[in-house]
Amino acid sequence: MLSVSQLSIDYGKTRVVNDLNISLEKSEILMLVGPTGCGKSTILQALAGLIPISEGEIKLGKWSATPKQLVPPEKRSVGMVFQDFALFPHLTVVQNICFRLKESSIADHWIKLLGLEEFRDKKPATLSGGQKQRVALARTLAHQPDFVLLDEPLSNLDAALKDMLRWDIRNALKQAGVPAIWVTHDQEEALSIGDRVGILKSGQIQQIDTPERCFSVPSNRFVARFLGEASFIEGKLKEGIATTRIGNAPAHGIDCDESIVDVLLRPDDIQLIQNTQTANGRVIWVRFEGGSRLCAVQLQCNTVVTSRVSHEVVVNIGDEVFVSINTTHPLAVYSK
Amino acid sequence: MRIPFSYPMALLAALITLTPVFILITLASDATSVFDSHNLKILGNTLSLMGLTVVGSILVGVPLAFISAYVQLPFKRLWLVIFAAPLAIPSYIGAFTLYAAFGPGGEINNLLGFSTPAMYGLPGAAIVMTLYTFPFVMMTTRSSLLSLDASMVNAARTLGMSMRQCVFKVILPRVINGIAAGSLLVALYTLSDFGTPAMMRLDTFTRVIYVEYNAFALGRAAMLSLQLMVIVGFLLLIESQIKTATERHGRPLNLFANKWQLTAIFSVFAPVLFLAIGLPLAIFFVWLYRDGFSAFDFTIAWNSAYASAIAAIVAVIVAIPVANAALSGKTGKVFERVTYFGFGIPGIVMGTALVYGGLQLPFLYQTLGLLIIAYMLRFLPLAVGSIRTSTEHLDPSLVKSARVLGASPREAFTRITLPLTMRGIIAGAALVFLESMRELEATLLLGPTGFETLSTYLWRVYEAGYFGRAAIPGLLLVLISACGLAIMMSGEKRNQIDH
Repeated sequence: MLSVSQLSIDYGKTRVVNDLNISLEKSEILMLVGPTGCGKSTILQALAGLIPISEGEIKLGKWSATPKQLVPPEKRSVGMVFQDFALFPHLTVVQNICFRLKESSIADHWIKLLGLEEFRDKKPATLSGGQKQRVALARTLAHQPDFVLLDEPLSNLDAALKDMLRWDIRNALKQAGVPAIWVTHDQEEALSIGDRVGILKSGQIQQIDTPERCFSVPSNRFVARFLGEASFIEGKLKEGIATTRIGNAPAHGIDCDESIVDVLLRPDDIQLIQNTQTANGRVIWVRFEGGSRLCAVQLQCNTVVTSRVSHEVVVNIGDEVFVSINTTHPLAVYSK
Repeated sequence: MRIPFSYPMALLAALITLTPVFILITLASDATSVFDSHNLKILGNTLSLMGLTVVGSILVGVPLAFISAYVQLPFKRLWLVIFAAPLAIPSYIGAFTLYAAFGPGGEINNLLGFSTPAMYGLPGAAIVMTLYTFPFVMMTTRSSLLSLDASMVNAARTLGMSMRQCVFKVILPRVINGIAAGSLLVALYTLSDFGTPAMMRLDTFTRVIYVEYNAFALGRAAMLSLQLMVIVGFLLLIESQIKTATERHGRPLNLFANKWQLTAIFSVFAPVLFLAIGLPLAIFFVWLYRDGFSAFDFTIAWNSAYASAIAAIVAVIVAIPVANAALSGKTGKVFERVTYFGFGIPGIVMGTALVYGGLQLPFLYQTLGLLIIAYMLRFLPLAVGSIRTSTEHLDPSLVKSARVLGASPREAFTRITLPLTMRGIIAGAALVFLESMRELEATLLLGPTGFETLSTYLWRVYEAGYFGRAAIPGLLLVLISACGLAIMMSGEKRNQIDH
């Protein structure tokens, strides 16, 4: 089990990661997600022992690293997958994968599993981006690490490749049965792949929980906005019920009990009805998303809420519509 | 902050590079007269030769750059090699052969019967220097031209401008920096070249320094060396101000020439290339036919080779920490810049300084060691540049990745860093080796008594007038220089692919 406690990292005088606590179970995948410059890659480098830490402790079974007690990367039995693949250009695919292996049977296992047989003796320069990342993953897993770090492994790849490779990587990690920390800036990737998701902002963990809870019960507005389309509407919270101008719903306060609050609404929490006598808002923009249409509706009080409708429903800018809260699960509310 | 481990070595290298300058300054302070009318004449000759050569290389180099960059010729790559080929002939060899070929009693007169004007003095030296330096202008201008986006010219054409107007109003103004960079290289090369003015009997700084040295007037030689260094320093200062264009790269222009145009191009530039490459080779083969192989003593070639090989090894050993320091931080960059100084110091000046230095340190004087130090100081930047480029291209995550796979720093270095930078190290060593092989002036001053190399042998043959004996060393030197050029051009090509 990997455990990180009170980890802080400084670059010169600036603190880039502050008081990080993580513990990972066997074969659990934790997604670290956050905007550019939030310190997510720095955390990986520190866990791998590539940069020094200022405070705290990193522990994994046999070893434990503190600011005083440095454990060099090669002693950590860590696997790392890099954004730019970091394949050794002067070695072939199989030489890369067997970099420090005495016998190649385990390498063959991953070569086969990741579909790399036909590239065995090719040099990395001749491979496509997706193939390179498969080789990098095979190399990492063949060395049988105790935990795996993935530093934005998909961000240099085409959108079409990403979706497939994302699941292949997840399956391979699960098969290897090692805990993994996977850094990304793509919230969709984070929510779909992770067993747990950690959201970072300026070096500080905002929330670390299952994808479902992070999405529907975000610990603050930053997390709410970062993980997906979010609108907030003013309401009153009393006895577990939030009352707003577009309807009522069960709710529970994140940082407040009872008073005037802001209610978090995801597009799916709002129902949009067209051609009605009792319109309460006007459509100000519409985005076609393929299977659905995302519409922004400005209410009379100037609050803007977003709602998702089927792609078959045609909504035009300027349409007068009726929106209302339509949900059974409790909504998250925040103090004004 | 921790000091990178390469800094002490790099600092040491930088300090050693500066010693010739310190020596010259102490030497010159002993000399009596600072500047007299004779100096003025030398200055005039030097600047005239420089000016004429720069003008000549622009007139030849810019059109050739234009042709090789834009005009679709059959065998495009071959033409580029031919245009750059004069760099594969040391200019003193060109001066030697052209001097021997032209004039009454010259080889052309002997073989073909008609007499040609002699290659001599300022015009002769300017022609020779132009023939062997225009490729500098051609190459820098060509790379500027290739970086221009054709859409700019296409836009001008659709706005109603003729191609000829486009060349002068749209294209040339944007490559002026490329032309200037090449011209500065030509100027620096001309200033420091010794063989050509010496063989053409033109009293430039380099020739007179050698004359003074032979007259045991080391003080005056040092004084003149310092004056030459001032001009060199001035040019280097200008060079540091030139900024190369940072235009967005685009698809370069493609022009198709008709038969008539191709003939015109050929008839203008073929004679130039013939004079630069064809004639010297032809003269050497004539001499070889006449005198045969027997007269050549191969220990001379061996001398050249092993002195240069030691210089190459020493230069690489010094260059690795300097290149490493240059990539480690700002101070390291300064050290690296300082070592480049040796490249700007003309060989004859370096020779003068080290002769004097050697006189103070008897254990070094008249030894091969001193000559090797001179080679190392002059050509260290070639090794540094080559090694630095190969290290720069090394992705830092490769070493990290080896470390997390369980390799110790040492293993990561030997299995990843070293193999990946080996090409740069070998190329750097090869460049130093080849440049040392063709080096003339410092070798003349510093070679131990009786230690003859290919280039000094060629010089003695010229002085003694036994031209026929120049054939084998001359051809060997051309071959060696051609190898050096090939390495440099393939390095350039590799960099283009990488970016």
